[in-house]
Amino acid sequence: MSVVNSHTEAVEPNLIDYDALLSTFSWNEAYKDFDGLPNGGGLNIAHEAIDRHAAGLLKDHVAIRWIRKDRAAKDFTYHDLYELSNRFANVISRLGVGKGDTVFTLTGRIPELYVTAFGTLKRTAIFCPLFSVFGPQPIYERLSRGEAKILVTTLDLFTKKIKPVIERLPALQYVLITDTESHADKKVLSLPLLMAKESSTFTIPPTQKEDPALLHFTSGTTGMPKGALHVHGAVLTHMITGKLVLDFHPDDIYWCTADPGWVTGTSYGIIAPLVNGVTNIVDEAEFDAARWYSILQDHKINIWYTAPTAIRRLMRMNIDPAKQYNLEHLRLILSVGEPLHADAVHWGEDTFGVPILDNWWQTETGGIMISNYRNMPVRPGSMGKPLPGIEAAIAEISADSLSIITEPEKSGQLVLKRGWPSMFKTYLHEEERYQKCFRGEWYVTGDLARRDKEGYYWFVGRADDIIKTSGHMVGPFEVESTLMEHPAVAEAAVIGKPEPTIGEMVKAFVVLKPGNAPGEQLEMDIIAHGRKKLGPAVAPKEIDFVDSLPKTRSGKILRRLLKARELGLQEGDLSTLEQP
Amino acid sequence: MTEDEIRPIINKLLKKVAPETEPEKLKPDDNIQQTLAMDSFDYLQFIIGMDEEFGIKTPEEDYGRIMTLRDLLGYVMKIKK
Repeated sequence: MSVVNSHTEAVEPNLIDYDALLSTFSWNEAYKDFDGLPNGGGLNIAHEAIDRHAAGLLKDHVAIRWIRKDRAAKDFTYHDLYELSNRFANVISRLGVGKGDTVFTLTGRIPELYVTAFGTLKRTAIFCPLFSVFGPQPIYERLSRGEAKILVTTLDLFTKKIKPVIERLPALQYVLITDTESHADKKVLSLPLLMAKESSTFTIPPTQKEDPALLHFTSGTTGMPKGALHVHGAVLTHMITGKLVLDFHPDDIYWCTADPGWVTGTSYGIIAPLVNGVTNIVDEAEFDAARWYSILQDHKINIWYTAPTAIRRLMRMNIDPAKQYNLEHLRLILSVGEPLHADAVHWGEDTFGVPILDNWWQTETGGIMISNYRNMPVRPGSMGKPLPGIEAAIAEISADSLSIITEPEKSGQLVLKRGWPSMFKTYLHEEERYQKCFRGEWYVTGDLARRDKEGYYWFVGRADDIIKTSGHMVGPFEVESTLMEHPAVAEAAVIGKPEPTIGEMVKAFVVLKPGNAPGEQLEMDIIAHGRKKLGPAVAPKEIDFVDSLPKTRSGKILRRLLKARELGLQEGDLSTLEQP
Repeated sequence: MTEDEIRPIINKLLKKVAPETEPEKLKPDDNIQQTLAMDSFDYLQFIIGMDEEFGIKTPEEDYGRIMTLRDLLGYVMKIKK
């Protein structure tokens, strides 16, 4: 039996008639909702998210409520963020950062991260947040490829993860430490000291909607991570999805549990809520089921955007949260990161009185593309229907062509017609790799899906070998390269092994160099090597020793075959196998 | 069970999940997950391993209460009195 959620009924959804809006929606018309920079100065994300609110009725409204690990809460109003981001923009201007330079963060969820994001955007530099759980190797790869000029981090993370690689980063000019009161040397500076000296006013320079703004690294099957570059105009997608999917209303209190080191945590944990003028909850701590429920209760959260990994953990609890906690304010729960199974949707309905709304998008799309909506019947297990303004289709793809599959229920590549505002504009310094993602007007997502007769999309699987673990993409090549640095490893292949809590677990198959015998001690040693270099979010959790790896005749590792064998499935087409 | 009996088992289980760490150097009030740079799944695996080892069943809602060595030892000792 479902619990009754009275708050749900009291607030009318922004999106009343999906079909009607689908036929009339226009991105060009939607742009008109923005103020734009004064005197026709263009469109800047930070102005739309902060400055225009700070200059208006929302000046003293709480923009970010930061909950520290010890549970103490600190509020930042739109005016506070306006001043702090101005100071940061002045800090980096004085350090020589100009338009198009990249400013990285490597921090947990602390206020400086959010201040850096908006201060960087104000300076028309490019903001790139890194996941603080990464090990030194993925951090180095990203800082190096993104040509980081400035890095904002904590003393602890600097000492553990940056110091070992800093000499190999010639483009990195300054490291700004958030929690020291004095400069260490000419390169490693105290951010509080710099901020205290700067003015709290800053004039955003003219910004075009096609100017680069955000950089997010994502993994590919081959090669090292790709830097997907987004522009200031992406803010339109953030605003529209905030209204239509997240259903933001004035005075809403919203919590996105994703870390800004991943695209969800930036698009929907930083930008979308503030562009829409609501209060954004930021929790510094890691997942803790009891803590999460008490945050939902104590901070009277209305809208909660989370992930299947967390939902599955909450489903493990032996409590009835609706009885134990007062969740009367919660009217909308959404999920992204990997497909949300039907049982989790039903669990949401039974537990909270509202179904959990799944949606689909990826780093390259910059914002939600396909979703379930508050006012549309939910088909549990489906990712929903395309956002108004987005044309999606299922297609059959070859090396250089594409044909759209119109027949319902047939699986194929999920493709999107190019042209939405938050579509990535390139892979940094890898234009050829970027162009390979398109067939004419269509962006090929790499996900396999099917569409049912009523137009709902259903996830089928990945078209490549990318691993999805805890909602994050892990590229096998990056992991394999690191494992092969271990003195005992001759070859390695990495797959995603299905795991009920985190979706897929990174698993490695390792061929040892002659003279090394497989055993528990060596397994632990290789796992330790991977974790030290890559960090726990990327490193393999399990290793199998094998005599050889299946390869094509041209020498390419057949990861899909390893995965099929792992799962006890049919091995499929083996015609290209080197040693069948 | 006493603290002296439990502590080596905890160290062994932590080392199994995060072999690159030195759990024996943990101080009583260190946050284990944070100090050993484990992710949420690692900690879940550790607690599942601990449940198996001690023949207990730690409910998910208690995970947040056993984040330090002091709390964890107290928790196990109370159950294994």
